[in-house]
Amino acid sequence: MAGSSAGGLPAGPGFATFSAMAATIAIEVNGERREVPAPATVADLLARIGLDPRKVAVERNLEIVPRSTYATTALAAGDRLEIVHFIGGG
Amino acid sequence: MDGMHTDADDTWEVAGRRFRSRLIVGTGRYKDLEETGRAIEASGAEIVTVAVRRVNLSDPKAPMLQDYVDPKRYTYLPNTAGCHTAQEAVRTLRLAREAGGWNLVKLEVLGPPPFLYPDMPATFEAAEALLKDGFEVMVYCNDDPIAARRLEEMGCVAIMPLGAPIGSGLGIQNPVMIRAIVEQSRVPVLVDAGVGTASDATVAMELGCDAVLMNSAIAHARDPVRMARAMKAAVEAGRLAYLAGRMPKKYVADPSSPLTEGLIR
Repeated sequence: MAGSSAGGLPAGPGFATFSAMAATIAIEVNGERREVPAPATVADLLARIGLDPRKVAVERNLEIVPRSTYATTALAAGDRLEIVHFIGGG
Repeated sequence: MDGMHTDADDTWEVAGRRFRSRLIVGTGRYKDLEETGRAIEASGAEIVTVAVRRVNLSDPKAPMLQDYVDPKRYTYLPNTAGCHTAQEAVRTLRLAREAGGWNLVKLEVLGPPPFLYPDMPATFEAAEALLKDGFEVMVYCNDDPIAARRLEEMGCVAIMPLGAPIGSGLGIQNPVMIRAIVEQSRVPVLVDAGVGTASDATVAMELGCDAVLMNSAIAHARDPVRMARAMKAAVEAGRLAYLAGRMPKKYVADPSSPLTEGLIR
C-alpha cells in the first residue's frame, strides 16, 4: 500500500523515499516493505494497519517501543519494525 | 511440599505468585479460539502458555487469543517456542513482556525434529541471558538431575522436565528421573510434555510434582473440553494421593478380610 502523495511531490513506491522532502517514507514492517505518509508515529502506523495497540507489542530497530510512547515515537525512513501478539502455544 | 495443610490450603507458589490449580495448559492446536477458551475454562487452569508471533498484517481484524482467553483472568506464560538461540529468546520475551507486562516466562530451546528434545547447552545460555534481563524463568529441560540442579542454582524459578517428547502423548516414561529431580529441588518441579491421558497426569502428581503442563493431550483429544475436565480431576487425584501417602508395595498378598477368625463352620 503506497501512501498518497502530499505537497505535489511524486511519492510512488521506491521513489524519493529517503528524501527529507518526501511525502512518504519506506519502512519495513514484519519483513514487508511499506510506504507510510510522513511524518508518522508508531501509533499512526498501528491505526493505519488497523491494530488495537493494547493487543500488540512493537519493536523498532531491535529496541522495544514502550506502549506509553507509541504516540510520540516518530518513524524514520528505513526503520525496521516487528509487530507481534500472543497466539496459541504450548 | 507437606501433608500438614488442609486441601483448601493446598496451593503452590512460583516466583512469588500463588496458585490453586496445579494444571497449566497450552493454548495451541485447538480447532479454533472458541474451543480454546472453553477447554481452558473446563481445565480450571490459572496459568496458560502462549506463543509470541508476528501479527498478520493482511488480516489485522482476525480474532485474537485475548478475546477468548482473558489475560485478566489467566496468567499468560509466554514461551520461546521457535527460538534457537539465547538472542532470539531474549528478543521474543522482551516483546512478550511489553505485550503482557510481566516477567514470568517459559523458556524452551528445542533441538531438531523428530524428537524436539531440549537443547540443554542452548537452554543454559538462554536462561542466563533471560535471568540477567530480569525475567523469572520457568524452564523446559531434559530429565537430567545435574542439569536441573544447575538451572535451579542459576536462579530459574521452576524446573520443567519432559515426561516424553512434546506432543507424543506417551506418558511419563521416566518416573525415576522425575522423582529424583522432585526430591532434590527447592523450586517447583513440573512435568512439561509427554502427558497423553488423565492417568499420565495423575502419575506425574503422584511422583510429587508441584504441577503439570500440557497442551496436546487436551487439544488433540476427540472431545477437548471433556478431556480438560478429566485432566483437572486427574491432577487433583494425583495430588491428593501424593499427600495421602500411598500404601507400601508388597510382592505377596495381604488379605483385607480376616481369613481365620470368626468363619462359619
